[in-house]
Amino acid sequence: MPVSDFQPVIGLEVHAQLLTQSKIFCGCSTAFGAEPNRNTCPVCLGMPGVLPVLNQRVVEFAVRTGLALECTVKKTSVWSRKNYFYPDLPKGYQITQYDQPICEHGRLVIDTPQGEKVIRVRRIHMEEDAGKNVHDTSGGQSLVDLNRAGVPLLEIVSEPDLRDADEAVEYLKTLRDVLVYLGVNDGNLEEGSFRCDANVSVMPKGSSTYGQRCELKNLNSFRFLKQAIEYEISRQVDVIESGGKVDQETRLWDVNKGVTRSMRSKEEAHDYRYFPEPDLPPLHVSDAAIDAAAKALPELPRAKLTRFTSQYGLPAYDARILTAERPLADFFEACAAHYADAKKLSNWFLGELMRLLKEEGTPLSALRFTPAQLAELLGAVDKGTVSANAGKDVLGEMFRTGKAPADIIAEKGLAQVSDTGAIEAVVDDILAKNAGEVEKYRAGKKQVFGFFVGQVMRAMKGKGNPALVNELLKKKLGD
Amino acid sequence: MALTLEQVRHVATLARLALTPEEEQRFTTQLSAVLDAVAQLQALDVEAVEPTSHATLADSLLREDATRPSLPPEKSLANAPAKSGTSFAVPKIIE
Repeated sequence: MPVSDFQPVIGLEVHAQLLTQSKIFCGCSTAFGAEPNRNTCPVCLGMPGVLPVLNQRVVEFAVRTGLALECTVKKTSVWSRKNYFYPDLPKGYQITQYDQPICEHGRLVIDTPQGEKVIRVRRIHMEEDAGKNVHDTSGGQSLVDLNRAGVPLLEIVSEPDLRDADEAVEYLKTLRDVLVYLGVNDGNLEEGSFRCDANVSVMPKGSSTYGQRCELKNLNSFRFLKQAIEYEISRQVDVIESGGKVDQETRLWDVNKGVTRSMRSKEEAHDYRYFPEPDLPPLHVSDAAIDAAAKALPELPRAKLTRFTSQYGLPAYDARILTAERPLADFFEACAAHYADAKKLSNWFLGELMRLLKEEGTPLSALRFTPAQLAELLGAVDKGTVSANAGKDVLGEMFRTGKAPADIIAEKGLAQVSDTGAIEAVVDDILAKNAGEVEKYRAGKKQVFGFFVGQVMRAMKGKGNPALVNELLKKKLGD
Repeated sequence: MALTLEQVRHVATLARLALTPEEEQRFTTQLSAVLDAVAQLQALDVEAVEPTSHATLADSLLREDATRPSLPPEKSLANAPAKSGTSFAVPKIIE
């Protein structure tokens, strides 16, 4: 059977570092990039006799995320110990949630070429991150930095509802946007603060029994997720086609070779001997706390996108880009409050503004001009005070200096000439100097018109109002 | 409930315990006796009793999300058998 006769079945496990100041069970900083082991204490080092105390913000973030993903938030959840030995795990166990996680039975709607699709979220639980191992290439040893040990994580597990690599990528992007909107995670795959493992299996089309699955690791970009899943699907189909059977195992995505390979070291470690964490009582979350979190939930990306299309009459394409990040969406709305033509505003956002933000590497929060000033500039373009082209230069200057558009237009002499008398004088002059061309035009060679426009604009240093220049030229040429 | 020698070896491996053949035999007998004792409890009907995961009835105590000073790295590393800079040095981890 060819690959097309098989149905891939994919579920994703996402680990998202929570944007707290301190670790989940101690007061050490979660700041990234400190000297190794600078942010460690007896609790996160796993010294004997210490006790973990839960960070309340971690609970708030978990509840907020659970509500955003339409989960049932459990009023009681239980901490467990997951036991295994690894150098980056100082206690010999990870404190996590196992059989009673804080959130269950959620859903996330994604876009597919066939339309909207609901991906069920099986569970969300809180846990502590492990430290980081650095493999010292010279010394034949590994180095352990425990700054990350104890940083709070949310693990978000989907049901195996994804059917191809593209759906998996779409789910991961949609989930990331939600977490970033919620302010619980920075969404950075490359730095590892938003990580993803994929469970992949294949079954013959039409079958209702899932095949044996493999867990893929090291998928630290959307591109790698897609490539690894596609590779793994064809690998599993090949195994089955050649009469073999797929082993349940953990496989690592090898970026350089573009293949997944077995991680035999992880095999026996799958026996984690979970048991309830005796150092932490069950966690109780009150109805009042859940209600308060529900009320404080921000508008989520999908709802915002829908509203941008209905309220502002924007095409879905524009709305999707404008709502991809909350600060940009907020800034757009602030500008729209000062300027009525939302589509025209959107064009400036998608074109010039985003180009400037990208080129200058400036975050929106550091923008030097106000929404009212941008609206003022667009108004000036509408009135013909400046040409659209000159308007782009004005925006660039506003971006760099924060000066008011009117001042920039005056200082740089960018004001468009809309004085009929002044333009007429130039038109007359150009026509007089180019009598031969005028003859040709009048004889029917209409394409010479562009030449006249160019000459007039050049003489006026680009500041002539194009509509008036055209109008006057036509009049003088007798059209 | 009799444990097999294989089960004891598996648990010992997970716990990183190197047992002598004599110890493997002894712990097989001892651990089986422990499981037998637990099996007696399982004979009780506890259908209506909520599982007790914890001995204390204390409610969750939460702390505010605020940082506190960490240890200086030299203190964190004071017990390390080997170190390199401010990192713990361990035998090379092979994937």
